[in-house]
Amino acid sequence: MPAVTVQQNVAIEWAGFILWMPLISLVLCGLCAACKVRSKLPALITVVSLATSFVLTAMLWQGYEAPVTIHLFDWIQVHWVDGSFISNFALYIDSLTLLWMLFVTGLGTLIALYASEYMEHDVGKGYTRFFAGVSVFLFAMGCLVMGDNLLMLYLGWEGVGFASYWLIGYFYKKPSAVAAAKKAFIVNRIGDLGLALAIYLIWSTFGTVQYTEIFAVLEDHSFATTYDTWTVHAIPYLLMLAAFGKSAQLPLYVWLPDAMEGPTPVSALIHAATMVTAGVYLIARTYPLFALDAAALPTVAWVGGLTAFFAATIGMAQYDIKRIMAYSTVSQLGYMFLGLGVLTSYGAAYHVFTHAFFKAVLFLTCGAIMHGFAGQLDLRKISGLRKMKGWKIVSYTMLVGCLCLAGFPLTSGYFSKDAILAQAFVTQGPGFVALGWLAIFTAGLTAYYTFRVWFRVCCGEEYFEAGDELHGQDSSSFHPHAPRLAINFVLIVIAVGAILAAAPYFMANETEGIHGGWVADMMHDSPAISGVPGAVGVHSTDGHEIHGSILGMDPHKAMYYISAIVGMIGIGFAVYFHLLRRSAADTLRNRLLASRSTRWLPTAMENKWYVDEIYIATIRTPLWIIGKAFVLVDRYLVDGLVVNGTASLPRVVAKWFSPLHNGAIQCYAVSMIGGAILVAALMFFMPEIVTYLQSLGETGSAGLEQTASIVGGLP
Amino acid sequence: MMTEFGSSALAGYLIISGILFVIGMIGFFVRRNLIVMFLCTELMFQGAAIAFVAIGRYLFDYSGQVMVIFILTVAAAEAALALALVVLLHRQRNTLDAEVYTELAE
Repeated sequence: MPAVTVQQNVAIEWAGFILWMPLISLVLCGLCAACKVRSKLPALITVVSLATSFVLTAMLWQGYEAPVTIHLFDWIQVHWVDGSFISNFALYIDSLTLLWMLFVTGLGTLIALYASEYMEHDVGKGYTRFFAGVSVFLFAMGCLVMGDNLLMLYLGWEGVGFASYWLIGYFYKKPSAVAAAKKAFIVNRIGDLGLALAIYLIWSTFGTVQYTEIFAVLEDHSFATTYDTWTVHAIPYLLMLAAFGKSAQLPLYVWLPDAMEGPTPVSALIHAATMVTAGVYLIARTYPLFALDAAALPTVAWVGGLTAFFAATIGMAQYDIKRIMAYSTVSQLGYMFLGLGVLTSYGAAYHVFTHAFFKAVLFLTCGAIMHGFAGQLDLRKISGLRKMKGWKIVSYTMLVGCLCLAGFPLTSGYFSKDAILAQAFVTQGPGFVALGWLAIFTAGLTAYYTFRVWFRVCCGEEYFEAGDELHGQDSSSFHPHAPRLAINFVLIVIAVGAILAAAPYFMANETEGIHGGWVADMMHDSPAISGVPGAVGVHSTDGHEIHGSILGMDPHKAMYYISAIVGMIGIGFAVYFHLLRRSAADTLRNRLLASRSTRWLPTAMENKWYVDEIYIATIRTPLWIIGKAFVLVDRYLVDGLVVNGTASLPRVVAKWFSPLHNGAIQCYAVSMIGGAILVAALMFFMPEIVTYLQSLGETGSAGLEQTASIVGGLP
Repeated sequence: MMTEFGSSALAGYLIISGILFVIGMIGFFVRRNLIVMFLCTELMFQGAAIAFVAIGRYLFDYSGQVMVIFILTVAAAEAALALALVVLLHRQRNTLDAEVYTELAE
């Protein structure tokens, strides 16, 4: 395995500006808000800063030779007698980081440009807030991806979660948006807990949170035998929990479909292209740690594969096109985890890369439709978009996105998905072959639901119904307004990017013994490939290692044909049901609903398998009941009895004695003298009291002397 | 020339001191005029002072006399304050009856 050499490089400290640019943009947006700017200035600021970030990232990539650490400033440094906790604000730049940052900043810039037109009806109202949120997101994502230690990753992790909450709840006057924002935040907290615990365990095991030092410890082969405790085995599962929360996998995926309440550029940028891939990044970054437990990566593979299938079945039966895209995102993220689990971090990363482009296109076209048709997203209520004036670019860029997502031969999605599917047959693991067939079947479902959207919305007769966000227009006189320059430009650029994302697959490899083009090269330098004890031998990058077979053929070759055929079958079903004979789809649905034995299938799929309802019944309601019980305990036991009860005691006692204070000075004098006489009489008639008091005084002074002697004895 | 100062002599002084103290105390209890009550406290002071001097002489200890100096000093300072208060009170209500001034009641 190639040793990860790390050097402190002062010459490229300007790389810090990849992080600082979004921060500067945030501050300037804040100033715009303070000065009540009523123009598109915030968008200009954000687009320019993000573009600068992208250019800097590209420059960094051009000059990249070997992993480097760029120290920006000392952040947390605590030392004690036999240990220390060091977490610097430093960037760790290796090829994995660069791969991620290239598409994060690149797509961030383009989507901010798109949003400058998309959000224009909010200029002067929420426009500044929106772009400030985007800037926060890019800064946090930069911390997450570029940090050189787990604490910085955690900072970014929480930061993107916060930015996501901020932007999902952008329409804060809409109750459903507020609920979705809270849901996203709370579900993510579960994953974040896993990450926090994992970082703690990693620190207590390895004594550091810096990647390079952790991996240095892991490469020492005695590690596995020395540290064989349950805490070490828990680390990969806690990291997994974090990744499944952020990347919307079973059982924590429920927040992502609801997150579509946010503005569409946000859905495209955060909830499709970049933030949700943070979980994939986390696992790729800490890949060697997943060798700590033998069952860890198979678990990742199974969760990913099942999520891919499960989400695809829900996506098939939805009518809201943005929600279909959301479920397809969950499903594609499942593929990425499957890839990680079956030891093709290259396939996972390549799928992240291509998915970022084609899913961004799909979301942005959905956004354009929603923008133009007053919030209409129901695929039954728009048809024939292709023939409408001014909608050609939207229709055909959407087609590009759909082809990639469906895995149509020779598109980018085809190659990246194949890399994962084939590897499931190559790598030996518990049930990986079954998982591979499930994933192939899911690819067919994906092709079907993707083209269901395209054929319904873009083909057929021209027909539309306006949505309910009319901004004061009358629905009968409504005319859809086609997208203008900024949206069309961005759509074309990203669609071209989605097509070109296939090109890296054919690039010649710089490193010997590696297949899969540029992305594989980019993965090769990073810990996602090197430093996996025991897992190196079965990796596809070493061409001569174990090869499974599929139907007696080499899996990588066979998969070209199998997935092409499966994809075409899926598209074929879509052609029949949604292009040629649209009534057939309804007939089929009605026939299924009419029969008692099959009624459950369409009902459950349309209702998302009732997962939300199950969560409400098993988690939310019990928590709500417990919460109410605690409120009662707090109100009546703590507040009523303990706090107010204690407070009322002195008042009651004071009631008894208050008559003594009558203000007459002679009464006071009498009580004083009376008291003095009483004390004197007591001492006279009961001399033992005096003796007792004397003895008290003696022991007291004896104690004092003892203390004095101890004090005096100290140097 | 130091004369003999036995316990019988001490008893006489202490009786005088006690009588002064009790007269002051009774006066304080029964009179209503603030100035008279104040004079009664002075009387109690002097009773205590005589006891101090007498016991100091009996024990051959000068601390008794030192204490009397303190008592006189405090009494003088307190007299100044108390008379000032009495003047102020008299201005407010035009009377010096102790029963009128009961604002400090609970």
